[in-house]
Amino acid sequence: MEVLNTTELLAIPGLPLLAALVVGLFGWALKETLSHLITSGAVILSALLSIHIFTQVLAGASFEGNFWTWMIAGDFIVPVGMLIDRLTVIMMITVTIVSACVHIYTIGYMHGDPGYARFFSYISAFTFSMLVLVMGNNFFTLFFGWEAVGLFSYLLIGFWYKRESANHAAMKAFIVNRVGDFGFAVGILAVWYYFGSVEYTTVFAKVPELVANNVSLHFMDWEISAITFICLALFIGAMGKSGQVPLHVWLPDSMEGPTPISALIHAATMVTAGVFMVARLSPMFEFSEVALAAVVLVGAVTAWMCATIGLVQNDIKRVIAYSTCSQLGYMFVACGVSAYSAGIFHLMTHAYFKALLFLAAGSVIHAVMAQQDIRKMGQLRKYMPITYITMFLAALALSGVPPFAGFFSKDLIIEATMMREFTEYGWVGTFATFALLTGVFMTAFYTFRMFFLTFHNSDRVDAQTKAHLHESPKVITIPLVVLAIGAVFSGMWGVMYLDIANPEIAKGFFGSSLFVLDAHNPLMKLAEHGEHGMFHFLGTMPFWLAIGGIALAYVMYFRETAWPAKIAASVPWLYKFLLNKWYWDEFYDKTIVAPARCLGTYLWKSGDLKVIDKGIIHGGIIDTIVAGAARMRAIQTGMVFHYAFAMVIGVFGFLTYLLLQG
Amino acid sequence: MVGLSEYLIVAAVLFSLGVIGLFLNRKNVIAILMCIELMLLAVNINLVAFSHYLNDISGQIFVFFVLTVAACEVAIGLAILVSFYRLRRSIEIEDINTLQG
Amino acid sequence: MLETAFFNLFAGLSIFAGLGVVLSRNTMHAVMFLIFCFFNAAGLFFLLDAEFLGIILILIYVGAVMVLFMFAIMMLEVNVSKMREGFQQYLPIGGMIAVILMIEFVAASTTGVFTEGAKATAEHFAQDVNNTKEIGKVLYTKYLLGFEIAAIILLVALVGAIVLTIRGRKDAKYQNVSKQVNVRREDRVRKVSM
Repeated sequence: MEVLNTTELLAIPGLPLLAALVVGLFGWALKETLSHLITSGAVILSALLSIHIFTQVLAGASFEGNFWTWMIAGDFIVPVGMLIDRLTVIMMITVTIVSACVHIYTIGYMHGDPGYARFFSYISAFTFSMLVLVMGNNFFTLFFGWEAVGLFSYLLIGFWYKRESANHAAMKAFIVNRVGDFGFAVGILAVWYYFGSVEYTTVFAKVPELVANNVSLHFMDWEISAITFICLALFIGAMGKSGQVPLHVWLPDSMEGPTPISALIHAATMVTAGVFMVARLSPMFEFSEVALAAVVLVGAVTAWMCATIGLVQNDIKRVIAYSTCSQLGYMFVACGVSAYSAGIFHLMTHAYFKALLFLAAGSVIHAVMAQQDIRKMGQLRKYMPITYITMFLAALALSGVPPFAGFFSKDLIIEATMMREFTEYGWVGTFATFALLTGVFMTAFYTFRMFFLTFHNSDRVDAQTKAHLHESPKVITIPLVVLAIGAVFSGMWGVMYLDIANPEIAKGFFGSSLFVLDAHNPLMKLAEHGEHGMFHFLGTMPFWLAIGGIALAYVMYFRETAWPAKIAASVPWLYKFLLNKWYWDEFYDKTIVAPARCLGTYLWKSGDLKVIDKGIIHGGIIDTIVAGAARMRAIQTGMVFHYAFAMVIGVFGFLTYLLLQG
Repeated sequence: MVGLSEYLIVAAVLFSLGVIGLFLNRKNVIAILMCIELMLLAVNINLVAFSHYLNDISGQIFVFFVLTVAACEVAIGLAILVSFYRLRRSIEIEDINTLQG
Repeated sequence: MLETAFFNLFAGLSIFAGLGVVLSRNTMHAVMFLIFCFFNAAGLFFLLDAEFLGIILILIYVGAVMVLFMFAIMMLEVNVSKMREGFQQYLPIGGMIAVILMIEFVAASTTGVFTEGAKATAEHFAQDVNNTKEIGKVLYTKYLLGFEIAAIILLVALVGAIVLTIRGRKDAKYQNVSKQVNVRREDRVRKVSM
């Protein structure tokens, strides 16, 4: 087997890092042009290298090896290395291509912002972190990338740090992710505890043995098999990072960040890290029926719930954000039903069309003077045709209309879900099927609701803004077009050229990089079940549901524009319930935030202010030093005579000592 | 014959005279510098005496170094004195107290 | 016998000169006494077979350092009477400390704290032993580094003394060579359109 060039491999994450350092440290001295040329150039180069690696891997090459040793503590050895296989390369090209598009887009979007160089430095550094995450060959590089993307997500959500809401959103994202990362860290330590290694290949080789030995964990009266515990703990991390219920609350709020960030981090790459992780660790998840069921359940609940919330939101970015949550749910369901290839396939197509949706939304927001409320838009298609067309394509792709990208991947997921039968948790499969199917309908509806309200419907833009309405500049539209190509063709490309949808995963695109037990493989059953004809989609439910959703949106927001208000008025409690996002934020406020703040205030007042500030700092340290210094300064008279006197006294003392000794 | 102790006593007397001078001439920086020279001379006598009685030439080398440093000290000290005098029109040591804490 | 006599002479005179340094009212007299003290100390050095250092003491101290003192005194208008203020006031405490110190020194010198391992009396070296040569042998081998450092310290002191006392005169006219060399045509020629 051909081995990849390590220099190229190191350059892929290395270039963005280098660019980020240069622009981050010396951005104050660089002109705007130079800072975006350096970072965009590095990321584009990195994307080209990734494509090169991709073609090589497609031809059969691979790489697995360590470059350095990060740390050694007894038996605990953490190397820094890469595992490049087909799963990795598809992530690499997705990440770098979307990142490159976002870089170029940012040139136009952030033009004139005081933090221009800082922004570019952050997104380049983010790209580096994401690449480390996907390219690493052990749990610790994964963890490093995992935390680093979290950090840059935090920095970028709070990019406009003068805005209070942005700071709050950034903190919320960081803190909610902490919960997930705690589980993740516990999972990794458990991996080390049970397998004695953190490298994927070593760990995966030992999994069947562990399962065969029925190793289990006792915690009080509660017994859980080790592999289930590890998978569940790791999956908690994935839930945090990928915005799954109940840790999804940070993702919609993260829309406080600049729109390119929403596209890159909170749609295309970082949030999909959880899905990638589950797929990467398929040799572990496969052996735990409980963990798989949990993945399906959480994914299905998220997919359905976030879709319902998306139905009524009025902020253009929030609609897309809830849609992202929901689509991530689809991916998790795919992984949970062991159709990992479908999950990753959807991850890839989703990255393109969702990034496109966000960037197009950003283009709209840019045009209407930072207005994000879709009730104050309308008829924008006349002013911005390129944005209009690309967004239309993205909306079709998201809704799952053939032959656009989303259809192929989403259809695959739903069919796989229908086929999968859980031995113990049958109801989970049934529920997931129901949730995903209704989700398809809702997805189509809210996508086109947003689309119609923005570009069609009545003209609700105020006069002042209208004077400024114009199509965005080329640096913004070109990335839109590039991503539109991905949104339209990546599905077909995946199915026909890459053979991603092959029922036997090992024979399809992914080869040995994904592991599925034969008993689980739903795609296999799918293959036995029936053949895939050219027009088989006409007979599938998802297709008709999607069309139905679009049609309903068309009727409600194009024809009978009075209906939405009437429906909202007829079931006000439901409307309010959805508008307030199922009251998740309020729930957390009451149960977690408020008690925590209470405790914090108490400790601050009694502990910090009284004991530490008054007792120790002021009473103890400062007073002693001040009083002591006041006395000591009297010694320094400034008179040379006194210093000479002190020296004489010294000689005197010294002599006396000598005499007494002698 | 003269023993080591006699030389040491002479040096001790000269050193003590230097110390008295430091205390008495509190106003005059030049006098203080001279007293320091006197004390250094006492030290030098000690060193040479020890060198002779212990039959070790190193003591004389140290005298040599002490002389060098003392010469530098006088040169710099007087230079500082001159520029201080230009600045304040005075060489009273009580005026030199900016180091006061 | 003769040596003891000379020792007594030099020791007595140097102590007398030392007293003169401390007690004389006129600073110039004090300098003179100090010079005298150095001469006698040089005599003591000769008695101790340190001819080289004795000569050095006279050449450098008397010839250079003391002259420097004199120049300094003459350059500064020192108010002599004011200089002596507080003389009486500090005599008791200063004298007391000095006396105690001296008693300790003498006690230390005579009880043998310092004289351990020393020869009882000074035996002079043979006629052919050259003190200068002996010093040179050690100075340029064992103490070479110290010697170099002493040289650098002297250089620093030399430059330092100049820097401290130099006074650029404002009304003096002088050429700024680097400015003259760096001059360009535009600085001197100006085109005027008529």
